[in-house]
Amino acid sequence: MWTFPLFPDQASTIAKHVDALYFFELGIAGFFTAMICVLILAFAARYRRRSTVDRSNPPPSSKTLEIIWIGGPLLLGLTMFTWGAILFYKMYDPPVDALEVYVVGKQWMWHAQHSEGRAEINELHVPLGRPIKLTMTSQDVIHSFFIPAFRMKQDVLPGRYTTMWFEPAKIGRYHLFCAEYCGTNHSAMGGWVYVMEPVEFQQWLSQAGTGASMAEQGERLFVQYHCAGCHRGSQTVHAPRLEGVYGRPVPVQQGKEVRFTLADYRYIRDSILRPKSEVVAGYEPVMPSFEGQITEPDLLKIIAYIKSIGAKEATQ
Amino acid sequence: METVTTHRASGPPASPNDEPILEEQFDDLEQQHEASSVGMWVFLATEVMFFGGLIAAYTVYRATSPREFALASQHLNVGLGCLNTVILLGSSLSMALAVRAAQLQSRRNLLWFLAITAALGVCFLGVKAVEYYQEYREHLIPGLNFQIPAQVVAKSTRLPLDPRRFEMFFVLYFFMTGLHAFHLIVGIALVSVMALLTWRRWLSGSGETQIEVTGLYWHFVDVVWVFLYPLLYLIDVQS
Amino acid sequence: MSAVAVEFKEDYLQAYRLKSWLLTTDHKRIGLLYMASITFFFFVGGAAATIMRLELMTPKGDVLSSPDAYNRLFTIHGVVMIFFFLIPSIPAVLGNFLIPLMIGARDLAFPILNLLSWYILMIGGSIAIGVLIFGGVDTGWTFYTPFSTMFSNTMVVPAATAVFITGFSSILTGLNFIVTVHTMRAPGMTWFRLPLFVWALYATSLIMVLGTPVLAISVALVAVERLLHVGIFDPALGGDPILFQHLFWFYSHPAVYIMVLPGMGVVAEIVPCFSRRPIFGYKLIAFSSVAIAVLGFLVWGHHMFVSGQSMYAGMIFSFLSFMVAVPSAIKVFNWTATMYKGSIRLDTPMLYALGFIGLFTMGGLTGLMLASVGIDVHVHDTYFVVAHFHYIMVGGAVMAYLGGIHFWWPKLSGRMYPELLGKLSALTVFIGFNLTFFPQFVLGYLGMPRRYYEYPAEFQVLNVLSTAGASILAVGYVLPLAYLLFSLRWPPDAGPNPWRASGLEWQTDSPPPVHNFEEIPIVTRGPYQYSPEGAEAIDGNGDDASR
Repeated sequence: MWTFPLFPDQASTIAKHVDALYFFELGIAGFFTAMICVLILAFAARYRRRSTVDRSNPPPSSKTLEIIWIGGPLLLGLTMFTWGAILFYKMYDPPVDALEVYVVGKQWMWHAQHSEGRAEINELHVPLGRPIKLTMTSQDVIHSFFIPAFRMKQDVLPGRYTTMWFEPAKIGRYHLFCAEYCGTNHSAMGGWVYVMEPVEFQQWLSQAGTGASMAEQGERLFVQYHCAGCHRGSQTVHAPRLEGVYGRPVPVQQGKEVRFTLADYRYIRDSILRPKSEVVAGYEPVMPSFEGQITEPDLLKIIAYIKSIGAKEATQ
Repeated sequence: METVTTHRASGPPASPNDEPILEEQFDDLEQQHEASSVGMWVFLATEVMFFGGLIAAYTVYRATSPREFALASQHLNVGLGCLNTVILLGSSLSMALAVRAAQLQSRRNLLWFLAITAALGVCFLGVKAVEYYQEYREHLIPGLNFQIPAQVVAKSTRLPLDPRRFEMFFVLYFFMTGLHAFHLIVGIALVSVMALLTWRRWLSGSGETQIEVTGLYWHFVDVVWVFLYPLLYLIDVQS
Repeated sequence: MSAVAVEFKEDYLQAYRLKSWLLTTDHKRIGLLYMASITFFFFVGGAAATIMRLELMTPKGDVLSSPDAYNRLFTIHGVVMIFFFLIPSIPAVLGNFLIPLMIGARDLAFPILNLLSWYILMIGGSIAIGVLIFGGVDTGWTFYTPFSTMFSNTMVVPAATAVFITGFSSILTGLNFIVTVHTMRAPGMTWFRLPLFVWALYATSLIMVLGTPVLAISVALVAVERLLHVGIFDPALGGDPILFQHLFWFYSHPAVYIMVLPGMGVVAEIVPCFSRRPIFGYKLIAFSSVAIAVLGFLVWGHHMFVSGQSMYAGMIFSFLSFMVAVPSAIKVFNWTATMYKGSIRLDTPMLYALGFIGLFTMGGLTGLMLASVGIDVHVHDTYFVVAHFHYIMVGGAVMAYLGGIHFWWPKLSGRMYPELLGKLSALTVFIGFNLTFFPQFVLGYLGMPRRYYEYPAEFQVLNVLSTAGASILAVGYVLPLAYLLFSLRWPPDAGPNPWRASGLEWQTDSPPPVHNFEEIPIVTRGPYQYSPEGAEAIDGNGDDASR
């Protein structure tokens, strides 16, 4: 009868759970709205000015009714809250074997980079049936990465990494939108997410012309920006070796004390851009800052390289 | 803030112990007094929220950059800040005595105490001006001529530092003390106007309500400083 | 009122010099000054909305010359409608006019401050109109950083200044109301004999007074960052953009209760009168108003579930958001129960009030869907949110405002409005409103983001429906403007109490004399002294004393 959609595709594993809660709450909303409307219309009709129905002893108040209509909505509200909170927790807790993709948003486009190396603009190819974790940042203002068919959205902030995960459940092509107003071409900052069969996805990933993986490109940048000069064992500068560092606690000097911080994306990015803010215990704050010199996508590649050597033994 | 005062542009000045003038919206003097008082308290509540927003921002940044804030705080002049605190507390004393004088209908004392209060307020502003000038000379005014001081740069080879948070302290310092100074200027003007009206005997009644309400405002400005001083000046006095 | 002698009573409208209006301290005239101002701002904001909806009829941008133009339009629509129409509306027009009358006072506590509030609104509004004319601002009414501080090329600082200044209008009005209700009630008017409209405005005033200063600081910090290029919210300069969101929403969430609580107060006056029954559960409604004001300060983070704030903070804000819905639910049930065994007349004010109840219920329940974190991840920043808040602000607050204007029109002007046109307009607004905003729920769940001027083609049909509804809604708003103004040509013979309503404001003439009451009444009974028996005899233009 009509060709336009009234409901989005359920293209991720979480979508049907979100929709279930949605329909439950829609039902409650519909029920109470209908109930109030029916009551109002019924009272307006039955007790209209000239009707002669029994109006004796109208109750001025009623403890019983009040308890019912405070307790009832309270219980329903708590149910809705709990269900929503559990769902939210699931949405925020990525599985450990998720495929990692790195996203940089900037006015007015999305740059997505797969660890294996392939990069895309305003598009995201993902394999069916595997959890995908996006690590995202912005190069300028706040954006938001939104895939309606997956029911997932996450704001993307400058100066920080935010993450989001989903598991595609249906082959197809789905809208990608920027969902946080970001200036002139906010409406145009979108594209497509392609969910492919895993085999096709592998083929797509290793297509000709893609070159090195993120970690490999990162290593090239590591040398290009002279990080290797200090961090790969220098005669003149005492700098920490980076093998085995990623994902483990790092002792950081804070005044006279030492505290431990996790060497994650944030830590490494901050160490590159603001090296004096967290200095490893036992080292001098002599590392220069690379603020303004390395783009966000390149930063992600360098971090990918450091992550790739994180599995090796740390050497002094 | 409307005070319950009438200026009589012409006509003989009233004698000192005139009954206060009852504004026509009120039923009786007690109601009028209560309204003025409640009104000032509500206004002070809004001011608490106003400064509170700034203090919230300050709290967030100090909690995440304690080192930078402590270091930056050491570049404020604690001595002058302390002097200002004493001045302002003294002015609150004189203001309280002024309120008492108004209640006792002692016009001479009232005038003196109002004058002392305003004078002490001006002293505070003077000391603040000296401080601001000092900070200007030391290149500590963000947006104008901010530079990280050389000794801090030297220290930062031994102690890690985020220079942006160091500057952030001064952004908040100037905004908070500037906003406070603005409120103090308004307070000084208010006290001066009250003194003038008292002198010309143009305050209705003995001015009890008006002075009390002025006193509430003045004490509030003082209390704000009592919070700002330790927050800004006393973060890490020992080093 | 028996016509004994031909006495020329001076009512407050007998003022024909400009000075007597622009320098008035009479709360009734100030209420009318506000009414004129906010009506103007309403149509400015409405014009922006009209152009936006025209643009949104097609998926591509073909009405406006550039996306920047659209961005400026939605910003000015939000800024004008929220700060210059909704927030003042019921409090500054009906509240100013009615509170002294309802509590048996001669004026508010601080009449000069009241006039100052209006002037402050006009100054802020002039700056806002200036911004509109001289280039606009494109940050959205939410001014999110770092876009507003570091990236926008529009008049952000003047816009922030306009909002800053206007905030003081709100604060001073709230202050005036709080002091007045605390100290100037007539003898015998205890707190629990106050009309619920006064309770609602008291609660609203608490929010105005405590929340608005934080907004002032937020926009002041934005201006400082933009002017001095210092980092407060810009991460590149060491700031935290989420801090702005916390500071901004700390006010802007309670602000929505500033917009809806007064509407609830109006409904609480209208429903008993047109049901001829006292309100059901008076104390519970009174306490619910205050509870909404208090709880409303605790839920701001529900605007920030996907902002990057911690998941646990999100859950806490979600929980508190469900709690704040409970007092609103109580009110809806109580209003409905008031109609039971009543004697109901569906005059225009009652139509608006009943429309409020239905649409507010829908809007509020969709709000619960947004409070549910699992769903909000999907619908945040989509048209679902737009639909939700328009259901409350337009289907709720604006309808309550119109209902209140019609209910108290005879009191404030001395004339009745034409009833048939009134009913027709109410119906037009109801139909137009639902057609405009219901499709937006569907659009939102489909995934159409907010603040988009271009969209995928498959969203077009729903957008066209919405625009069609908007054109009907516009008619519904223009009609009352026309017939209410036209009614002023008739002689002021509505009588003191054409609705046979209870309440002190109906005990005095229509329009009221300058000093409100010949003699301050002494109150011996509670409000809503209605009974369905004997309602038969009333025909709506009774001119006998009702007490």
